Amino acid sequence: MSSPFLSQYGSEIGTLTLEHLWLTGAAMLSATVIAIPAGIWLTRSPRWAKPVIGMTNVLQTIPSLAMFGFLLPLPWLGERAARIAIIALTAYALLPILRNTYAGIRGIDPTLIEVAKAIGLTDVQRLFKIELPLAASFIFAGLRTATVTCIGIATIAAAVGAGGLGELIFRGVASVDNRLVLAGAVPAALLALLADAALGLLERRFKVPTPESARV
Amino acid sequence: MVSCPTVDAMSPALEFRDVSVATASGRQLLHEVSLAIEESTVTAIIGRSGSGKTTLLRTANRMVEPTSGDVLVAGEAEQDVVALRRKMGYVIQETGLFPHFTIERNVGILLEVEGRSQSQRSNRARELLQLVGLDPATFAHRYPHQLSGGQRQRVGLARALAAEPKILLMDEPFGALDPLTRAEMQDMLRELLHRVRTTVLLVTHDLDEALYLAHHIVLLSEGKVIANVARDEFLRSADPDIVDYARAFHRGESNARGKVSAV
Repeated sequence: MSSPFLSQYGSEIGTLTLEHLWLTGAAMLSATVIAIPAGIWLTRSPRWAKPVIGMTNVLQTIPSLAMFGFLLPLPWLGERAARIAIIALTAYALLPILRNTYAGIRGIDPTLIEVAKAIGLTDVQRLFKIELPLAASFIFAGLRTATVTCIGIATIAAAVGAGGLGELIFRGVASVDNRLVLAGAVPAALLALLADAALGLLERRFKVPTPESARV
Repeated sequence: MVSCPTVDAMSPALEFRDVSVATASGRQLLHEVSLAIEESTVTAIIGRSGSGKTTLLRTANRMVEPTSGDVLVAGEAEQDVVALRRKMGYVIQETGLFPHFTIERNVGILLEVEGRSQSQRSNRARELLQLVGLDPATFAHRYPHQLSGGQRQRVGLARALAAEPKILLMDEPFGALDPLTRAEMQDMLRELLHRVRTTVLLVTHDLDEALYLAHHIVLLSEGKVIANVARDEFLRSADPDIVDYARAFHRGESNARGKVSAV
């Protein structure tokens, strides 16, 4: 990339990166707020686990371009492209978080759950002192997968006019300008790598100390 | 003489009244078990695997709900399950120490959820570690996986005693330990129970352990109490069930002395 290119597009890349971050951030926040409590609820009512996780799995398989297209004609959503993007990205982020929250808590040694009850911890105390901390590294692993997926899919949100780094990519493809494609793709990839590394650190930070340092 | 129908000072520390437990599929795990456990005594429940020992123990803290009958603590049926469980220490074979807590925090967890201050918790935890024979300076900040099986079991016992329970429930507490460590633990527990006057219900299949630690021995078979005797009477008993159990347990011993020739 030549420096006249950067001086021409630099500030736009900056703005679009921020927009990209906002779309992904908002989607991740809403997905987390939905999926972690939902995952906890599923551990309490495991008979719902299969249908609910199955449903989010189906959401995951909808091609992203089609998902954005489906949402476009909806009344309130269609008014602002960013709303569509955030809803669609939220839908994609649900599965990894939900599944890992559920599996992380269900995977805890049943003896520990048993003891927590037997010594007189309330359900809420058990959740916050025992279950969530023991499942934390699993939950962070889910957040990590969801974030990386979201940052990637968010580039397609530009197709419905939601902005973000995808805009440079689409423009570059349309005008057969690889520099523009790269100007969108490289920052998007860097964002994904950064988010992955940061959440990876958190995931390790919450690993339960064991001799093998791994818990199944 | 005025009889007091509700609570009186002479109520046993723990009483099972006609406690029956059946599974959802109708299998009878306990059959009208009645048992009174006096304060500050140690009662061992022995019997074969599947005789209902653990089920009986677990009705005491309502980890198992009786299908019929009552479990009374100091003459009262406590309605609040959490309050009931906090009155009872609970020690199991797998210890169930929380792997993400230090030893000190494991011991003090109940005080923590009851909102005691950090310094109170820490002092109490250190006092208890001392009591179960672990040096607080060495162990307080370690994690469970850094301890041996015997040390973990000591921590499990310390945790059970943290909130000064009236009753201590122990389910095969030393069952997973090698014989030498087990003997050490039994000595430690016996000495500890002299100092901490708590009522103990001990499930074990180790008759020697029962005879060494308990004042009373209850023999269960197929969910029924078939013998309930003081320790000293146990070995003298002519009750065929007791004789069978004792003989089965001490086969190796007499074999080693050459009294029984191998077939």
